Amino acid sequence: MKTFFSKLIGSQSEGMKRVLGIFVLLMVVYIITAIINPNFVGAYNQENLIRRTSLFGILGIGVALVIITGGIDLSLGSVVCLVGVGVPWLITDQGWSPWIVLILAIVIPMLIGLSHGLLITKLRLQPFIVTLCGLLIYRGVTRGFTGDQTAGFGTDLKGLRWIATGEIPLFPGFGIPFPAVILIVIAIAVGIFLNRTIYGRYLLALGNNEEAAKFSGINTDRMITLAYVICSGLAGLAGLLFVLDLNLAQPVDFGNFYELYAIAAAVLGGCSLRGGSGTIIGVIIGTALLRVLRNMMNMAFLGFQRAEFAVIGAVILGGVIADELAKRAVARKRAAQKQKQEG
Amino acid sequence: MSSDTSKQLLEVRGIGKSFPGVRALNNVNLQLKGGEVLALLGENGAGKSTLMKILAGVQPADEGHILLDGEPVEIKGVQDALDHGIALIHQELNMATNLSVGANIFLGREPQKRGLIDEATIYERSKRYLEMVGLNVDPNIIVGDLTIGRQQLVEIAKALSVDARVLIMDEPTSSLSQKETETLFTAIKDLRKRGVSVIYISHRLGEAKELADRVSVLRDGENAGDLPKEEINHDSMVKLMVGRDISQFYSRTIHKPGEVALEVKNLRTPVHPTHELNFSLRAGEIVGMAGLVGAGRTELLATLFGVTPNVGGEVLVSGKSIDAQSPEEAINAGMALVPEDRKLQGLILEMSVRANMGLASLKRESPNGIFMNDEREGEITQLMIQQMRVKTPSEKQVVRYLSGGNQQKVVIGKWLAMEPRVLLLDEPTRGIDVGAKQEIYGLMEDLAKSGVAILFVSSELEEVMGMSDRTLVMHEGQITGELTREQLSEEAIMQLATGNTEAA
Ligand SMILES: Nc1ncnc2c1ncn2[C@@H]1O[C@H](COP(=O)(O)OP(=O)(O)OP(=O)(O)O)[C@@H](O)[C@H]1O
Ligand SMILES: [Mg+2]
Repeated sequence: MKTFFSKLIGSQSEGMKRVLGIFVLLMVVYIITAIINPNFVGAYNQENLIRRTSLFGILGIGVALVIITGGIDLSLGSVVCLVGVGVPWLITDQGWSPWIVLILAIVIPMLIGLSHGLLITKLRLQPFIVTLCGLLIYRGVTRGFTGDQTAGFGTDLKGLRWIATGEIPLFPGFGIPFPAVILIVIAIAVGIFLNRTIYGRYLLALGNNEEAAKFSGINTDRMITLAYVICSGLAGLAGLLFVLDLNLAQPVDFGNFYELYAIAAAVLGGCSLRGGSGTIIGVIIGTALLRVLRNMMNMAFLGFQRAEFAVIGAVILGGVIADELAKRAVARKRAAQKQKQEG
Repeated sequence: MSSDTSKQLLEVRGIGKSFPGVRALNNVNLQLKGGEVLALLGENGAGKSTLMKILAGVQPADEGHILLDGEPVEIKGVQDALDHGIALIHQELNMATNLSVGANIFLGREPQKRGLIDEATIYERSKRYLEMVGLNVDPNIIVGDLTIGRQQLVEIAKALSVDARVLIMDEPTSSLSQKETETLFTAIKDLRKRGVSVIYISHRLGEAKELADRVSVLRDGENAGDLPKEEINHDSMVKLMVGRDISQFYSRTIHKPGEVALEVKNLRTPVHPTHELNFSLRAGEIVGMAGLVGAGRTELLATLFGVTPNVGGEVLVSGKSIDAQSPEEAINAGMALVPEDRKLQGLILEMSVRANMGLASLKRESPNGIFMNDEREGEITQLMIQQMRVKTPSEKQVVRYLSGGNQQKVVIGKWLAMEPRVLLLDEPTRGIDVGAKQEIYGLMEDLAKSGVAILFVSSELEEVMGMSDRTLVMHEGQITGELTREQLSEEAIMQLATGNTEAA
């Protein structure tokens, strides 16, 4: 079991230490919040926390794949908006068949990812620019065709909405929200992809050195494009789950800043923006940390909620600084030990 | 500067340095007099670069002392070293290739006038230093537009501009043309006359013989011995480096080549689209490809391998036409290319030895084209580490931390692991020590015996003459001639390489 787990995570030991570090940080924030406000650990709040973490985790995993290639995707939040607003609008306002709309909700984001990938690999445009334009375009389009009107399902589609709102009862009064199951399935699938398949190895290799990967016979363009397709596809799925959960989507701000949460979670979880490294488990813990922090601001430091961004920013900055310092300390200690052994 | 050359200018005493899993230097001593050229030799991973990095303040030593003019000094960083007059020219060039020559020479020390950069002074003073190294270029030229050889000279000019007394050069000639090498040597001899001391690292023993006043050899991170000028010759140097005699350097047995393995018909490369290239390669044959730097040899290999798609012509592997538009297709057809630049094209520096070794055969070894075959990857890696005698603490070591020559072995191992039918080698022994060179030559011979067709590009004439069954010579994108083993001579190659086809 242990080897299966480590195989899933991969052999990036540097990354594992990082994951352990933020896991400790997560625990600290968690416990502090619980002490200040006991309601935090109440079943209702915990379920909510898990649900939100799961939804944001899906976004984080997607963008992690792109970051591993050395790229970035700034358009996630707008894809969430496009799908989250588009689906209820088409079904409820326009009367389209739910099945067609659901298929579109998956296919269109993947096409969006495909176009990002092709622009980046074939035209050699920079990922930042391409996806920044995406961020503007998809939100603009959504606001345009809905006329900025809030969309929702009303009382329809109760059954479908269960995949976002439902839960698997564990014991009386507490259940695992179903999105957590979805996240786990996705995390395992992507973890296997990244660490057990040759394509995952290709992705990590090209993230480190695209030229050398190409010389090794790797079709780097195809792999990069694939990463963007998966990323946007997962963003679409998350957008769908978000709206199924909330039942309301306002084009102006639905999914606003989500790309930044996702990127922050990936970076906290050990993805280097230079590309070539990252673990899925790290991204999930990073996401959880961000969610708990937000929750903490709402529950433990009432009156300071508006400072949420400042706190999140400070935590991320503190996290990466601590990580860097720890790395140096370890290197120094190792050198000293070595010397003692031999001297 | 003192003209008394008998006193030690620089002295290194009992230097030690460890990296995780590696004892890179152990109680190393070194002396250097004013105006002396010292050749520092040793096998790959012997610790040469590490010692030089310590002197230049790039890395700290774990133990030991450094004395300058008999006084102990502490070198805490690169700036410290420069202040003491010690300048290192790295194995890999470190220049801002987007800036001008002058800007690079004065980078970080720009003369100013009223708070603005004083371009006129930079221009004038750069010009002076460039003249000292015999480089006649306008200081306003962008560095990236110069050949590697000239960039090297700019680095030396830069070192002179900080009044370096000790100039360290780590394998400066590995990517220089013959002519550039000569210019460099003239510059070094000139510096010696001015009283500048030079520590010169190279795997080309001929260079050490030509330049050095003294040779000092490291082996496995320890002093292996010194040679005074009179005793410097190929055999004595090799003996100190490897600890044994290496006779029979090129071990070729000529055997009858098999079927045509690679045929190139009217191939045109994007760099020289007007020239058509024609040649063929038989199974079991080793064909050398000589020419001056920039003759289009690397472009030819890159085109064959599909890195830069051809603009016309046909390539057949084992009689089957392949139109390689990507390395993937070339590999599928059984071709492998060991590229010229290992850091840029050959290695994933941040990954382990094992991941690098396996990279080109992932698909081949995968049981279903999707999942990795961990076991095979391990086997292949072990086999290659043994076969190539890669010096690494473990297969998990990150390739960045291997010495230059061992990195090259990893690149070659990666390609041998996929068992190619046609092996293209671009400067395969660049930066590799004599022992490893011999191993690679032996490997080429073995591969040829087992029926692999080998085409290898090399700028070292000696190696081309020693290893090839046939030699193709290129000049400005054209194959100007083909020489059999009998016709082979340094002169014949140089004639063809300079475009003089009548003489052959
Ligand atoms: N930063 C590092 N971390 C770990 N090991 C290192 C590091 N730098 C060097 N080494 C190891 O120290 C040893 C000496 O390396 P060094 O680069 O000095 O060799 P070298 O004599 O310059 O070899 P070459 O001729 O191949 O360039 C090697 O075993 C190398 O793997
Ligand atoms: Mg070296």
